[in-house]
Amino acid sequence: MPHASMLRQITDFANRANPYPIYEELRRTPVLHEEDGPYVISSYYDIEALLHDPRISSDAANQTAAGDDELSQSEGTGLPPSFIRLDPPEHDRLRRIANSSFGPPHRPRRIESMRGELGEIVTGLIDGLGDTRQIDLVDQFAYPFPVTVICRLLGVPREDEPRFRAWVDPIVAGLDPDTRTSAESERVAQEARLQLGLYLNGLVEQRAREPRDDMLSDLVNSRGPDGAMTTMEVLSTAVLLLIAGHETTVNLITNGMLTLLRHPEILERLRNDPGLSVRIVEELLRYEPPVQIVPQRTCITDIELRGITIPKGSRIWLMLAAGNRDPERFKDPERFDPDREDIQHLGFGSGIHSCFGAPLARLETQIALAELARRLENPRLVEDPPPYRQNAVLRGPRHLNIAFDNLR
Amino acid sequence: MPADHVDWLRREGRIVIVGASLAGLRAAETLRAEGFTGELTLIGDEPYEPYDRPPLSKSVLLGMASPRHTELPHRREIDAKWRLGVPATGLDLTAKRVRLADGDEVEYDRLLIATGVRARPWPKEDEARLDGVCLLRTRDDAADLYQRLKAGPRRVFIIGAGFAGSEVASACREMGLPVTVAERAGAPLVGALGGVIGAVAADLQTENGVDLRTRVTVTGLEGDSAGRVRAVHLSDESSVEADVVVVSLGSVRNTDWLTGSGLGAGPRGIACDAGCRAFDFRGIVTDDVFVAGDVARSPHALFGYQFLSLEHWGNAVSQAQTAAHNMICHGADRRPHLWMPAFWSSMFGVNIKSVGVPPMGDQIMITQGSLAERRFVGVYGHQGRMVAAVTFDNTRWLEFYQRQIERGAPFPVEFPTVDRRPEGRQPVDADFPDPSLPTHGPMVTLSGYSPADQQLLFHPARH
Repeated sequence: MPHASMLRQITDFANRANPYPIYEELRRTPVLHEEDGPYVISSYYDIEALLHDPRISSDAANQTAAGDDELSQSEGTGLPPSFIRLDPPEHDRLRRIANSSFGPPHRPRRIESMRGELGEIVTGLIDGLGDTRQIDLVDQFAYPFPVTVICRLLGVPREDEPRFRAWVDPIVAGLDPDTRTSAESERVAQEARLQLGLYLNGLVEQRAREPRDDMLSDLVNSRGPDGAMTTMEVLSTAVLLLIAGHETTVNLITNGMLTLLRHPEILERLRNDPGLSVRIVEELLRYEPPVQIVPQRTCITDIELRGITIPKGSRIWLMLAAGNRDPERFKDPERFDPDREDIQHLGFGSGIHSCFGAPLARLETQIALAELARRLENPRLVEDPPPYRQNAVLRGPRHLNIAFDNLR
Repeated sequence: MPADHVDWLRREGRIVIVGASLAGLRAAETLRAEGFTGELTLIGDEPYEPYDRPPLSKSVLLGMASPRHTELPHRREIDAKWRLGVPATGLDLTAKRVRLADGDEVEYDRLLIATGVRARPWPKEDEARLDGVCLLRTRDDAADLYQRLKAGPRRVFIIGAGFAGSEVASACREMGLPVTVAERAGAPLVGALGGVIGAVAADLQTENGVDLRTRVTVTGLEGDSAGRVRAVHLSDESSVEADVVVVSLGSVRNTDWLTGSGLGAGPRGIACDAGCRAFDFRGIVTDDVFVAGDVARSPHALFGYQFLSLEHWGNAVSQAQTAAHNMICHGADRRPHLWMPAFWSSMFGVNIKSVGVPPMGDQIMITQGSLAERRFVGVYGHQGRMVAAVTFDNTRWLEFYQRQIERGAPFPVEFPTVDRRPEGRQPVDADFPDPSLPTHGPMVTLSGYSPADQQLLFHPARH
């Protein structure tokens, strides 16, 4: 290998603001394996194939069994894995139960029916900016918006946000491949997950006695053809939905506004045509996906890819953000172009683990960007690039300072 | 073919498409999209603009979609002359003319035949005429059946448990109607998916309250004095009272109008090469006549160059696009029709999807999930190769199996999967019925003749 470790460059914080040149280089070795490291897959078609390959496991237990992961997870003392870290049939059963209170066929209109409410939250946040001409979009909008939404949807009190944030931060940090190698951060993350579960357990017990119109009530009281979730399964699922419900959307919204401010002609078009937000969000999911890497897969048998045998038990990283800019798949991939006819991106993954909350994330971001475009007069970036969060997997700016002339 | 002829054709030639349905419309759109500026005529026997059929046996019967509103969306302006409500009745290959039922004749420079199939009628004509005896193929059929189901019949009797019949049975049960299904084979869907999967489909039906009668045939339909159907008589000497009878015996290819034309057209469809050019009855390929959709049968390189006739939505689209492309380009730019057969269905709340050619398989193994849970992936093998896969509520894995089939992956399937159960370790007989026995028309039929085969003999238009 003539260069410094590619793996290190992916996780290197110095590359966070613009990882795309690294990804371009990565695609030249579409199946990359460095000593003791994972197999890193970066071409669109390979990623797409592996996302549908039943020889690839998401089960945390398989990864531990692989031997090259020294973290022995003490599942006995923590919460059981949520469905994102399970294989069928357990994954399917839990996801079906969760979905029965979220989407079709049982609740086909749940998300769409929140449209008005989402608009009110956005309006409230923008009105609440007050008499200022400069904001941090992350802290003042892109974070509080999806937090408020997921709290309402699940039935978690919004005012508890400072409490659960203290647990969410280490859990999210534990997903960062850079810190994963540290047994200490893993232990901290497991402990935080347990604490968050215990906190949610108080709400779940209360909803078991007095159900309301929220997802915690539905999860704990589900009695469909798949039976009920155990209490531990309810808690694992609730932890997953609470975190995934805002930690990714904050980045999608922030990446979205950043990208629009770098493409003022498209921001202008959006201002005049809110309907364009649908195309913009899809192209964003390709161009700046909030989940850059799926680092949690393992193959349960030897598989062959491009003539390379990936041995049984190997860890596999699927570089969604690299695949999204693969010139084999997308014409002119480095260009942000919402008018693209074919935006079959990997931003939400694909296959059985494809993003559970995708319909909600889409709607939130469409409304958020359209309203920001409409109401901020002459918005511009205060610094470019903005400061980024540490995380290489859930990538996005930590702050996004925007100056503007007025609020419309 | 001199190049200037193709250029002339693209510029000012006359293209006629017989069949104004999914394949016909998509072909017309492709012709225009690829720069054909000449005269385009679409001929259709139904009085409607092209419409979509899959909803007719599903949401339309449940009243969730109107049979009047399943028109296919147009992808672009096609600037065509429409001859709707007039069937084509004949073809003169030498004079390059299509004859119409109203006596008109339409001249063409290139012709695309996309006449599809129709529902196989109940063979006894006097019984078929009884009020309450229904077919389901067209939107008029669906509108009629919907009205009859909505009126709350005492019992619906369905003859034939293929996909269409099973979907109608599912709709009836969803509406709370008593329904009896009679099937000549041992289980529903066996023609398309074999007996192993058929057994799952049978359980699905009976658990959902369908009175399923297998290994019986219907011997007669009995009417009352007012000419309404009142009972169905079966080969096991039982009879069932019903006031709606749905005849779901598969389909008949619309090739009768080509009788005597000299094209290689018959009950199995119109044979064509991989580029969608029709063969004449001698097995010689024509230059100006192309075929697409349900009525075509074309050799597929992945399946031993067998001639496949596919009554699949996706095939109609893909073959129409290939045929249209090939109609207006030079020889070297032509493309083969290499679409991977695929179809879907939904019944009793289960999504069924398949890729490849299941009836080609001799054996099946369950590589994911379990038959008992009715969530599984089944893989079909033939001569050591994977040739097809079917999923029940497991659609998201199917792309993987499609790629395996495309690569000629080995069968039996040895590798483990994330949900491989002990029951799926060994291949078992896929249990397809003897193809020579009449049953409901399977969705995929294999005929196995190649154009060079001297045995080839077409029997025009004897259905």
